[in-house]
Amino acid sequence: MSSNKQYSGNALLELRDVHVAYPSRRRGGSVARAVDGVQLTLQPGEIVALVGESGCGKTTLARAILGLQQLSQGTIQFDGESIPTDAAGKKLFRRQVQIVFQDPTASLNPRQSVYEIVAEGLRIHGNSENEHKIVSAALERCGLHPADRYLLRYPHELSGGQRQRVVIAGAMVLEPRLLIADEPVSSLDASVRGEILKLLQDLARDKNMAVLVVTHDLGLPWNIADRIAVMYLGRIVEIGTTEDVLARPKHPYTRALLSVVHEHLQLEQQILKGDTPDPTSISRGCRFNPRCPMVQSGEAERLGILQKCLNDDPVLPNKQNNDHIAACHALNI
Amino acid sequence: MSDSVASISPRGMTWARRKRALARVWRELRNDRSGFSGLLILLGFGLVALCAPLIADRSLLLAAAGRNNPDLAGPSAKFLLGTDDIGRDILAQLVWGSRVSLFIGIFATVVAVLIGSLVGLVAGYVKGKVATVLLAIDNFFLVVPFLPLAIVLAVILGRSPVTLALVIGFTSWAGSARLVRAQVLSLSERGYVERARALGANSRHVILRHILPGVAPLIIANATLIVPGAILTESTLSFLGFGDRLSPSWGKLLDGAQSSGSITLNAWWYYLPPGLCIITVVLAFTLFGRALERIFDPRLAGR
Repeated sequence: MSSNKQYSGNALLELRDVHVAYPSRRRGGSVARAVDGVQLTLQPGEIVALVGESGCGKTTLARAILGLQQLSQGTIQFDGESIPTDAAGKKLFRRQVQIVFQDPTASLNPRQSVYEIVAEGLRIHGNSENEHKIVSAALERCGLHPADRYLLRYPHELSGGQRQRVVIAGAMVLEPRLLIADEPVSSLDASVRGEILKLLQDLARDKNMAVLVVTHDLGLPWNIADRIAVMYLGRIVEIGTTEDVLARPKHPYTRALLSVVHEHLQLEQQILKGDTPDPTSISRGCRFNPRCPMVQSGEAERLGILQKCLNDDPVLPNKQNNDHIAACHALNI
Repeated sequence: MSDSVASISPRGMTWARRKRALARVWRELRNDRSGFSGLLILLGFGLVALCAPLIADRSLLLAAAGRNNPDLAGPSAKFLLGTDDIGRDILAQLVWGSRVSLFIGIFATVVAVLIGSLVGLVAGYVKGKVATVLLAIDNFFLVVPFLPLAIVLAVILGRSPVTLALVIGFTSWAGSARLVRAQVLSLSERGYVERARALGANSRHVILRHILPGVAPLIIANATLIVPGAILTESTLSFLGFGDRLSPSWGKLLDGAQSSGSITLNAWWYYLPPGLCIITVVLAFTLFGRALERIFDPRLAGR
């Protein structure tokens, strides 16, 4: 297996100890630690699914990678360099990192035709040569062919799946090296979800483009993602290859999530009890301890780790790229 | 819908799109009976205003023109709408008055909409102190008693039709600023604005491509609703004697009718025509404006 260093040398995206904190609106209120120490690397062409329930900070993390959100601590490196802050550098960076939002209907200006929407990126970056050709090619690459049939249409004349294809085509014209897909299919019909995910997979393979799929639905990403990262309250608590995470989940949180999604794993159904996570008051010790089934069932006490769970914040072990790792005290006994 | 066009240039497509959008507006306007009749009435008045020199000679407006005519004579074959208290033809004044009233109404609206849109756009797009200050100014103009302010300004700045229009425009932009700001606030939160930013767009691109096209229909509809207010204000100012003494607006005709005692003398041909004209034009603009609002505003059109 290659060394850690070699991986970080050619990683496309590298997040180190990324923190994003939102100050409280009220005076004296507590700070919301939306993203609280995330480590993550993406290789070129790799698809990583970032899974977590709503409020776990996954969208904030996506915005931070795009440079739309200021970090309070840590670094994000793209292609070995930190995200530029000057206007020209930012513009160049934006070309290489694109995002596909959850709701394609909201992402499309209802007054613009498909052509104008897809060409928008090219026009912003002043690339007007062969515009028509590039736009048509992108549309056809995204499964809308013949492109001429769609160019003059308006968003309201398209189906939800077609709209999302238009959004993806609009991102693809800039030939990004990283695509962030924020819940790309959760607003679509179940029948077209698979097709859109397949499209993302094909694009990643053909263009050697890395894709970070952000989702709350553990049932979805496993058929396209190379790796899965599970996020809980601002931190990645488990990460590994898709097979490892889905077949042999290590973290009690992942197990609880999977137990309600994947029946074939025959995990005992676990409905998490306790308070819903609140980023303004992350508990002492392990951030999962108020809801952890192992703590609640007394298993942690039997294993003799309860004091650790309540007092020490478990960290993800130093990892190789494809290692299957989780931040849980129960794994270190 | 023409689906497949062999070779489409972006420019040709933009034109096709504009043509289609215009055709849609026209079709919906044709189907809107009140809005369309408003438009027809306005076109009629516009035609009269444009052709005023063909209908009545401007010299008929001079005080000397009525020297040999009977004073306050009722309608006759020679004077279709009778004469005023110094014997001038009222129809001639009415026809020329449409020019002044429409000019001031429209010019004032342009001024009001320009100021209002600019203030609304900046206050909605730029957040922070600038917006707070602009909103404070906007609130001031919303609550300050409008007529006294207009009178004071009209007296200070002089009374030509142009300054009157500027005064009226300057005192009636606050409402449209509010409207535009609200729409800009809503538009700048839309997903497609966020998408444009993620593509690398700067504010210029976002405003020109997404915000302005989004507020333009609202501004147009709002403008047609400001015109009647401006015409009424001009009439009020003229009626109160703060108008331009030299241009024969409808308000000035009413002022003349009132001061000459035409009401007590039962000279209805003096006060009724300008009053009816003001009401008709105001009503027509309102009908037309409401129709445009319905067509342009997705919330009202149920699209």
